[in-house]
Amino acid sequence: MLNIQDLRAGIEEMEILRGIILQIRPGEVHAIMGPNGSGKSTLASVLAGRSDFEVTGGSVEFMGKNLLEMSPEDRAREGLFLAFQYPVEIPGVSTTNFIKTAVNEVRKHRGEEPLDAVAFLKLMKERMKLVQIDQSLLSRSLNEGFSGGEKKRNEIFQMAMLEPKLAILDETDSGLDIDALRIVANGVNQCRGKDNAFLIVTHYQRLLEYIEPDYVHILYKGRIVRSGTKELALELEEKGYDFIKTELETADQAQQ
Amino acid sequence: MSQTIIDKITEQQSNLPGREGFLAEFTDRSMAEFRRLGIPAVKHEEWRYTRVSGLFRLEMGFGTGTSVTAADIDAHRLPDHEEATELVFIDGRFAPALSNIRHNEKELVVMPLSDAATGEHADKIRAHLGHSAAYHPDGIQALNAAFAGIGLFVMVRKGFATEKPIYIYCIADSRTGYVFAQPRTLFLVEAATQVMVAEHYVTLGSGESFTNEVFELCAEQDAVVEYVKIQDEGPMASHVGTTHVRQTGRCLTNAVTISLSGRMVRNNLNMVMEVEHGESHMHGLSLLNGETLVDNHTIVDNMQPHCQSNELYKAVLDEASTGVFNGKIFVRKDAQKTNAYQSNKNILIGEKASANTKPQLEIFADDVKCSHGCTVGRLDEEAMFYLRARGLGEASARALLLHAFAADILDRIGHEPLRRYVDRLVSQRLAYDIHNGQ
Amino acid sequence: MYEENDDILQQVTTSEYKYGFVTQIESDDAPKGLSEDIVRFISGKKNEPEWLLEWRLKAYRHWLTMEEPTWPNVDYPPINYQDIIYYSAPKQKLAPNSLDEIDPELRRTFEKLGISLQEQKRLTGVAVDAVIDSVSVATTFKDELAKQGIIFCSMSEAVQEHPELIRKYIGSVVPTTDNYFTALNSAVFSDGSFCYIPAGVRCPMELSTYFRINAANTGQFERTLIVAEAGSYVSYLEGCTAPMRDENQLHAAVVEIFAGEKAEVKYSTVQNWYPGDKEGKGGIYNFVTKRGLCQGDHSKISWTQVETGSSITWKYPSVILKGDHSIGEFYSVAVTNNFQQADTGTKMIHLGSHTRSRIVSKGISAGRSNNSYRGLVQVARKADHARNFSQCDSLLLGDKCGAHTFPYIEVKNPTGIVEHEATTSKIGEDQIFYCNQRGVDTESAVALIINGFAKEVMNQLPMEFAVEAQKLLAISLEGSVG
Repeated sequence: MLNIQDLRAGIEEMEILRGIILQIRPGEVHAIMGPNGSGKSTLASVLAGRSDFEVTGGSVEFMGKNLLEMSPEDRAREGLFLAFQYPVEIPGVSTTNFIKTAVNEVRKHRGEEPLDAVAFLKLMKERMKLVQIDQSLLSRSLNEGFSGGEKKRNEIFQMAMLEPKLAILDETDSGLDIDALRIVANGVNQCRGKDNAFLIVTHYQRLLEYIEPDYVHILYKGRIVRSGTKELALELEEKGYDFIKTELETADQAQQ
Repeated sequence: MSQTIIDKITEQQSNLPGREGFLAEFTDRSMAEFRRLGIPAVKHEEWRYTRVSGLFRLEMGFGTGTSVTAADIDAHRLPDHEEATELVFIDGRFAPALSNIRHNEKELVVMPLSDAATGEHADKIRAHLGHSAAYHPDGIQALNAAFAGIGLFVMVRKGFATEKPIYIYCIADSRTGYVFAQPRTLFLVEAATQVMVAEHYVTLGSGESFTNEVFELCAEQDAVVEYVKIQDEGPMASHVGTTHVRQTGRCLTNAVTISLSGRMVRNNLNMVMEVEHGESHMHGLSLLNGETLVDNHTIVDNMQPHCQSNELYKAVLDEASTGVFNGKIFVRKDAQKTNAYQSNKNILIGEKASANTKPQLEIFADDVKCSHGCTVGRLDEEAMFYLRARGLGEASARALLLHAFAADILDRIGHEPLRRYVDRLVSQRLAYDIHNGQ
Repeated sequence: MYEENDDILQQVTTSEYKYGFVTQIESDDAPKGLSEDIVRFISGKKNEPEWLLEWRLKAYRHWLTMEEPTWPNVDYPPINYQDIIYYSAPKQKLAPNSLDEIDPELRRTFEKLGISLQEQKRLTGVAVDAVIDSVSVATTFKDELAKQGIIFCSMSEAVQEHPELIRKYIGSVVPTTDNYFTALNSAVFSDGSFCYIPAGVRCPMELSTYFRINAANTGQFERTLIVAEAGSYVSYLEGCTAPMRDENQLHAAVVEIFAGEKAEVKYSTVQNWYPGDKEGKGGIYNFVTKRGLCQGDHSKISWTQVETGSSITWKYPSVILKGDHSIGEFYSVAVTNNFQQADTGTKMIHLGSHTRSRIVSKGISAGRSNNSYRGLVQVARKADHARNFSQCDSLLLGDKCGAHTFPYIEVKNPTGIVEHEATTSKIGEDQIFYCNQRGVDTESAVALIINGFAKEVMNQLPMEFAVEAQKLLAISLEGSVG
């Protein structure tokens, strides 16, 4: 589904991603962990097509197509979803109206008829339950005045509505209390299926207690330096990121 | 304005010091400007609410600057003045004999503009004097500039930070007749310094006076400047003051303007932010009664990106007083990421009080966040009721709420002793109001 | 993303003005220029009574003593008032007896503009007065309205049929001498709409006037007068378009509204005069004075405007709140693109006690345009317990445009409460990216955000026109984000 080969990207003169290699198959849940500044969020942004970053090398294939050539909206329409770390506020545009526009854009892309009001409301009601989101929240302006937890729930709700092939969760756990975290994780788990995949970007292990990953990767200085199963996350939690740093530095010195 | 008054002013101007070199050229050019522009009439958009033309009358005198003794000043000295540098203007003329310079020469330069213009600082005078003119192209500014020969030059030297404040007393002596005073100061703050400067405007006697002043301040890289203007003149005093602040390096300026009395008071405050990442705070409080009119005109000129300005002006208007606020924010084309905030709040107490407010945003850059708001209203009746239900009398409840309203501004005076001093003036006034109210 | 958006901006700003066609029809013109003779000529054409001619001449003589205002934040070359044709009427049979007798060419013109002059094809519940250049060519549903005592007709007709009403109300809200352009309008106005709602009548349909400038070198000077007697209600809408021409054409209109006790008038404008081309060539100078008088207690006047056209707009629909408990409202969306300049806003004059006013102004600037809000809120000494709330927001698209706010607030009564809030912001790249990430392309994202920004005002428009106005907004701006 997703095949990242030697992806390099950066901002202005600074290279942040320095050769990422990663494959994700349908049905899999991958977690990417790493210390601050390791390039986790950059990877999420580059995959979604944020123009602040310049791709300087490598390739990304998504559903058999060259992802890097696509506009952000086409990536979304092809089924790539990014749950933002900082969801944006759009005054005056209700969440319902926004999602309806988005859902129908995606349907149009797939050659499907737009959902009529009744069908849309039915779908919405159903998906709202997943993240225990309230109707009144959805009639308010998109994310405006939402609490941190409400914003994150809204992201997962949108994910559930858009039914993406690959969902990237960019530090969705940051700033959430344990109750909100549980709700969000529960929503994600209910969306898991054999045809779709997740890439969970996080700093902490705690989200992974609720969403069990198939693979865990550690990102450090723009490269995936270790990959493993969920035990790796536990090891990381126990020893802290410093152990990775020391290990790598020793290895570097040995090489030299 | 009649020809005879112009002649009188012209004659006075030609007898002032500083009649050579750049300063003579500057003052003569300004005099010509004054003759060309004349006194702004109410028709002039910037003078819509403030009538100054009636102040120019034949009986106005220019004072001699010699009528005042140190004892006359004592009642008006600011707190801990024994530790401060005190600079005194009498009727618009800098008075060295009455001034006390308590900083040493390595820290602070103080000299008449006429000396500075010909000495080692001549280049600085040339570079900075009259920069404010472009922001107020009117006759009254030009007239002050024409009298710059009796002005003052102050410079805080590089790398010097002090707790000791600099106090400037601008005193108009109205005891012997209608006096017209035009103080002018050029105040340079060199890089990496910290300084607190306060101007105190007072009147001797209860006669008529008119003060037309210009204070130009230029702050360089990494300077931290606190400026406080306390306007507490007599009931017959009129006042047009311009404080012009330039940030020529990335720095922080904090200006507080307090207006308490007078007949007609106009405070112009310009904040010119010439470099990136500048930060400025502008606060003002007018506490008025009688028929006093106070007109605060502020300009924030954002010329470069990433500047931040924050402005809050409040007025409590009792009896038949009038509060005017005119706040302009310019965001120039290059000034992306500007963050400018402005607010003006007025409480009308007096049956005949008026508030006129005109906030103005002029924005030419697109990536900016600017907001302004203003309110005119009464004291919060709910809060009044709450306090009274707790047993406070109406007058004390009112004083308490008004003091709370004013406190937002008072808290902005960073210099602790001065804050307490102003707080006392405000509290006295509110107590006086209560007394009157009963 | 920047480059991509610039491309879209390019596409959009080069898109054509939809209503720029010219109707080929013979017209009956006055000679160019302005003089007492021209004023007499116009009055003569209209077969006006003597008092009205005198009224015009007085206005003209006063105009001669006045100077064109220079205070607005707009910039244009001096107007040569002698180079304008002050009267131009399409040649057709005078006063067609029925709507079927209207020149088919004219009928087609209005149909192209989406305005049907055939009653059976009408928009549900809308009566139209169609004005082309200097004259009204048709008014629909007159008879049906007359059954309830409502008068809805052209100004010329009203002068003939209801002289007593015209004489009583014309110039009573906007005096001829009010400003330079009202004096000019009073001297040379050629037509417009008149609407009278008798006491206690609720007008059963939307009334609307559609203004069209067609002839070259002409100015349009219409006058609208709405009188709502005690306890009546009317909702009124005006729309306007003009052909694309390289020259600038002057439109100086006057609208007067009079509201009696408990009367309510809702006046909506969708202004889409030709805005000039993308180089700033041509376009209408729209210098308009609109004012309503809440004469009676508990009366209400509400202005809603969507301003997308004109090269220059100078317009401040105002309300004089004279009756106690009267209400004034102003809702505005002003969009400027390319080289357009708009200086618009309102005046709320509180004279009566317990008067309330509300101002919601949304300015959107794109291209190299300048958009100014200018408003006055005045609370007079005797206006106890007056209340005003103003909200004015500006949205910038691109880095070559300007947004300006000039609110004046003058309060002379301590019981008054006046609040004003304003913000300026841009459409953020992060907002666009967020929408893109959900599969919404940049153009739709901009439309979505703009409509969200303007929603509070759009909601005030009558249903029939809200959709149209929303489209217009999107067309004026879509993609112009940078």
